[in-house]
Amino acid sequence: MEHATTLDHTEDVYEPSLTPDSLGKLGMWIFLVGDTMSFGALLAAYAALRAGAGIVGWVPPDEILGINLTAAMTFLLICSSVTMVKALESIQNGNVSRMCLFLGLTIAGGIIFLGLQAYEWTHLIKHGLTLTGIPEHGLKSATISGSTLFGPTFYAITGFHGLHVTGGVIYLIVILIHGLRGRYTAEFNHEVEIVGLYWHFVDLIWIMVFTFIYLL
Amino acid sequence: MAENGHKEHPKYMNIFYWLAALTAIEVAVAIPEYATVLKAILLIGLACGKAILVANYFMHLKFEKRTLAIIVLTPFIICVFLVIMLMPDLTLDARLDGIEKPAAEVVDTSSH
Repeated sequence: MEHATTLDHTEDVYEPSLTPDSLGKLGMWIFLVGDTMSFGALLAAYAALRAGAGIVGWVPPDEILGINLTAAMTFLLICSSVTMVKALESIQNGNVSRMCLFLGLTIAGGIIFLGLQAYEWTHLIKHGLTLTGIPEHGLKSATISGSTLFGPTFYAITGFHGLHVTGGVIYLIVILIHGLRGRYTAEFNHEVEIVGLYWHFVDLIWIMVFTFIYLL
Repeated sequence: MAENGHKEHPKYMNIFYWLAALTAIEVAVAIPEYATVLKAILLIGLACGKAILVANYFMHLKFEKRTLAIIVLTPFIICVFLVIMLMPDLTLDARLDGIEKPAAEVVDTSSH
């Protein structure tokens, strides 16, 4: 309790004008803005390379990538975002055990997502999508041809996102451990909100990756 | 409980239904074969809609200061700008290749 009061006091002294309720939240937002640029640069590079290759120079993604599994992965991440907001809502109402339950579900969602991504990558590598080559046979056509940049751009972008999910799962586990030890209360829960910001951002980025890499 | 700080919780489940529905629509839009430009516009529009829902309600951006929202929007604008800046470099090359190469081949065969 005393600990929480001290922290609240500090936040009063250094009250940021953009996020009056927490200084850490402003820090996370600034980090996310920077991170958006990283993903944005990767996606912009992808768009430019693909446009540069022309319509015949780039294999249509649906010839190589299965949409069904990734649509399920997208749905899974959306679900884990919902469990994340539910965790925050629970602790704001002072329900610690409910928060821990929902944090656990969010972590499970992240781990299942990573498992599915590992499965997908293994599958693609076996079929010949590597950093230097594309598969000989497409999902729809007998033979396919196109730029070998398909592989590196695909693995760079989905891999970078996968690393973010991995980081998010570790971050969530740390917050869960704090939660289980009783660190958070109805009054002191900014750290849960901040991990939530990061997690929703990872979800938001996946929405973009899913659209630009898999669907378009 | 109700009076401390966080009064309005958005209806998270409604947002979830919207996101799930938009994902389903996205897949339905993506699978059939038709005009690429129309498909791209539809898909990017849907993705932006989903991103706005996540940022506004799950990340509570809608309930933050307006300035923060503007700051957060900046990198997206810069990224669009980046694509536009990169495009001529790559696509112009490809177009010139497409035009010049066959012409050069025609000249080659006639001269031999």
